[in-house]
Amino acid sequence: MTQSLGRMKESPSQTAGPYVHIGLTPNFCGIGGVYASDLGGAMANEKTRGERIGLRIRVLDGTGTPLRDALIEIWQADADGLYNSPAELRGAADPNFFGWGRCPTDMETGLCVFETIKPGRVPYQDGRLMAPHISLWIVARGINIGLQTRLYFSDEAEANAQDPILARIEHRVRVPTLIAERQGNIYVFDVHLQGDKETVFFDS
Amino acid sequence: MSMPAKSGSNRTPETGAFFQRDRTWHPPALTPGYKSSVLRSPQKALLSFDNTLSEIAGPVFGHAMLGELDADLIHNFAKPGESAIGERIIVYGRVLDERGVGVSGALLEFWQANAGGRYRHKKDGYLAPLDPNFGGCGRTITGEDGSYAFRTVKPGPYPWPNGPNDWRPAHIHFSVFGHGFAQRLITQMYFEGDPLIWRCPIVRGIADRAAVEALIAMLDMQATIPMDARAYKFDIVLRGRRSSLFENRPEGN
Repeated sequence: MTQSLGRMKESPSQTAGPYVHIGLTPNFCGIGGVYASDLGGAMANEKTRGERIGLRIRVLDGTGTPLRDALIEIWQADADGLYNSPAELRGAADPNFFGWGRCPTDMETGLCVFETIKPGRVPYQDGRLMAPHISLWIVARGINIGLQTRLYFSDEAEANAQDPILARIEHRVRVPTLIAERQGNIYVFDVHLQGDKETVFFDS
Repeated sequence: MSMPAKSGSNRTPETGAFFQRDRTWHPPALTPGYKSSVLRSPQKALLSFDNTLSEIAGPVFGHAMLGELDADLIHNFAKPGESAIGERIIVYGRVLDERGVGVSGALLEFWQANAGGRYRHKKDGYLAPLDPNFGGCGRTITGEDGSYAFRTVKPGPYPWPNGPNDWRPAHIHFSVFGHGFAQRLITQMYFEGDPLIWRCPIVRGIADRAAVEALIAMLDMQATIPMDARAYKFDIVLRGRRSSLFENRPEGN
């Protein structure tokens, strides 16, 4: 016999189901008066430092149809590349930027719109800078465990070329699945759950 | 050299990477018995890498955002002086990580059907009636030791369009936000003794019986409020994390 590591197992994931809005964005689905507002709506205020950008994100199923019952959360650094988090030991992040947002996909169009700022660069474990990116977490009916991925920016080609995470993608043809296309101040990003253009999802 | 902070303390933040997920314990992306997963399941290999700061860091939700009735689903949507219909229950437990350490300050959000098995949602067409005094959502933030509690009515089971006669067991959905973005988890709590659990195509996506049992809350008669509400205990476990004491860090630590 030996000692035991005494570890517990993570609670198994279960799908968010078709009514995730009731729990996470009740005002969005018509349940008013319980919370003053839905969490994760306004990301930047007039004092937030950095370039204002919009994200227009859709999630497409294996037939190319946009999901109209999904929910996306995003998490990002501030304009200087600092996270508003206790785990950020390099300095104090912009107090006017929380860094986290939540948006349900539109029930008709499937579109998620985030109004945020462009993040700065965050170091990888070895100190090299990662390219500017936003972390995504996607849940919906039919998704058994939340999907992790990242959104990178099309106008950061040089930084993207040096990014240690993008560099790990074996099939280079798949790298563009993580890069949002700039159109003015808007970045357009389609997440493909399946098919030739299937987005690179993470296990991290 | 100072002593390391007590593991799990929220005073000195922990910055270690999270333990890798055991994806054989979770349901896989594709579980054909649950038809919605067929066209929504990624088919290519996931990209695996050790956490960077982007996965390790996460926002902090303060207790100040909570309203007085947020953790009381019997009353948070009810008209003054009225309350939701159904079996009154307390759900309580702790949010822990895989090391057994309580996760303080975790944001817990929960949602459920009413006592008849009907959701307050325009896409739910089940013929069971809405309860005018029941909204179906609540939230709380865990205490220093990871503990939480809320009051609600026991949700009813309901039929759903999957197979010709599939019923969901009674369940409460939980969304859990721990300390890092990579700890993010959504799961469901089931009730001890419900025969529908083992028949449910969503539950059956989990391969390991012990993993299913980890989602079944137990009746706790010691925690009931006599003449008021029964209690169910439901602990939630999030990914553990490594100590960062011996890891190379170019900055900080």
